[in-house]
Amino acid sequence: MPDDPLKDRTAIVGIGQTAFGKGLADSELALACRAISAALDDAGIAPGEVDGLVCYSMEDGREVEVARNLGLGDLTFFTQVGYGGGAGCATVGHAALAVATGRCEVAVAWRARKRAARSARPWAQVSERIRGHWQWSRPFGVLRPVDEIALLTRRYMHLHGATRDHLANVALAFRKHANRNPAAMMHDRPLRREEYLAARWISEPLCLYDNCLETDGALAVVVTGAARAADLRHPPVYLHAYAQGLPRQHQVMTNYFCDDPLSGPSWVAGPKLWSRSDFTPADVPVAQLYDAFSPLIPLSLEGYGFCGRGEGAAFTEDGALEWPDGRLPTNTSGGGMSEAYVHGFNLITEGVRQMRGTSTCQVDGAACCLVTSGEGVPTSALLLRR
Amino acid sequence: MTASGWLLPDTEDPDAAGFWAACREGRLVVQACAQCGARRMPPRPMCPRCRSLASRWEEMSGRGRIWSFCVPHPPLLPAYAAVAPYNAVIVELDDDPSIRLVGNLVTGPHGALDEVDPASIRIGEPVEVVFAPIDDEVTLPRWRRTAPAAG
Repeated sequence: MPDDPLKDRTAIVGIGQTAFGKGLADSELALACRAISAALDDAGIAPGEVDGLVCYSMEDGREVEVARNLGLGDLTFFTQVGYGGGAGCATVGHAALAVATGRCEVAVAWRARKRAARSARPWAQVSERIRGHWQWSRPFGVLRPVDEIALLTRRYMHLHGATRDHLANVALAFRKHANRNPAAMMHDRPLRREEYLAARWISEPLCLYDNCLETDGALAVVVTGAARAADLRHPPVYLHAYAQGLPRQHQVMTNYFCDDPLSGPSWVAGPKLWSRSDFTPADVPVAQLYDAFSPLIPLSLEGYGFCGRGEGAAFTEDGALEWPDGRLPTNTSGGGMSEAYVHGFNLITEGVRQMRGTSTCQVDGAACCLVTSGEGVPTSALLLRR
Repeated sequence: MTASGWLLPDTEDPDAAGFWAACREGRLVVQACAQCGARRMPPRPMCPRCRSLASRWEEMSGRGRIWSFCVPHPPLLPAYAAVAPYNAVIVELDDDPSIRLVGNLVTGPHGALDEVDPASIRIGEPVEVVFAPIDDEVTLPRWRRTAPAAG
C-alpha cells in the first residue's frame, strides 16, 4: 500500500461551540459565526488565515455569508456536504482532503442549527402532492424520521431478539455521561430505567427517550496541516482515517427496498475506514456514534465491526457503553440524545476532547477515538488520534 | 375520508403515474424492466441491472406478508394526529418477496388507519391489498388480513 496522502497529515487544532438550548435568540447564521469565532480563538488562528470552508447543505448560513461576517480573506476551497446527519464527519474529512492536497492551508468545518429555521426540517415542509421517493411512505403516515427508523427498529428486534431494555441501555448510558457535562442540555436531569420504560410513545417501538434532543446551537472545528498544528497551543488531534459510505440501492431514511435493509451505510463506511487505518475496532477505547435514535447504536456497533451481525443489542448489556468501566465508553459528553442534537457535530468535538484529555468522562490514555455520522443516511466516519 | 390535510402522491409524477393509474383501477402493479425483466419498486427511470430506460408494469396477486410495522403517536400533522395512534406497515409481496411496499393495515377499503389494534399486529401475518379511493386522482393501496389475527 503506497503512502496514504491523508493519514495523520492534518489535525484539528481548534474547537468551538455555542450554548445548547431551545428557542435561542440568535439566527442560524449568528450561531455559526459564534461557534466558528470560538474555534478560531481556541486554535489561536486569525480569521484572515482561513482559506477553506465546509458546511452541511441543509443550512441557512453558508460559506458566502459566514465569510463575510467573520471577515475572512479569499477562499480557495469551499464545499457543502449533503444528507443531513450523515454529513458531519465528511465536512471534517473534506477539509482534511483539501488541506492535505494543498487546496487550502486552514479550513473550518461547522454545523449550525435552529429548529425553527426554514432549512432545518425539510420533512416538515409539506406540499400536499409528493413526488420522488417520499411518495412511497409519507401518504401512509410515515411522516417523521422517527417513524422511518421505527419501521427498521421493529424488524431488527424481530430478527435479533433485541428488546426495549437494550434500547434503554443506550439512552441511560448517554444520560449518565451528560450528567457529568455542564454544557449538556440534560446535565441536571438523571434518567432511570423505570422512567424510560414508562415514557410516552413517539413511534412504537420508540419512546420519548429513544429520540435525540431538539437543540438550537452550533459547533465548529479548525483543520490545518500537521506541521502547522505542532506549533499551536493545543496538542494536535490528527485525522488518522476518513471514509464515507453510501450502499448499493440505498434509499435515504426509508431504506426498506433493497436486499438487506438493516445493513446500512455504516457497513460501507466502516470497512473502508479500517482499511485506511493502523487501528482496528479492537484497538478503539472510546467512540462517538451518531445517535439521532437509540437503535442506531446497535446498528453502528455492527457496521463498524465492534461485534457481529445482529449482536449490537447484546453488546450494550452490562454497562458496556458506560464510562468509566464499560468495554466501549460511547458518547462520552452525552451525545445527541443527552448533550445536544446538532446533527452529530458535537460528537466530533467530544472526540477532540478525548484526544486532548479534557473530556468530562475522560478515558485514560485514549490513543484514538472513532466518530461516526448518521446510520440510515449516506454517511461518513473519522478516526481521530493524538 | 377526505383529501384535505393528507399527504398524497403526485399521480402525474412520470416515474410513478402508471402505478397510481393502476391503483385507480383496483390493480396492484410493480415496475419491471422491459429489457431484462428485473422488478423494482419504488419505480424509477432506469434499470439498475441492465440500464435500460424501457419499463412496463406487471400486475401482482395483491397478497403479501407484513415485514415490519410501527405505530406513530403525536406530534403529527393534524390529519394524521386525528387518527393516531395508527399503524404503518411494510408488506413483502408473495409474488416476489424482494418487493416491499409501505402501507397501512386496515379492516377494509374505507377503513380508518386506527381500526386495527396495534398490539395485535405480527410480522409475518398474511395480508391482501385493498384500494382506498381518496379523490379523483388518488387511490391508495392498503392492506387487510387474510387470516384471523393470532393471539
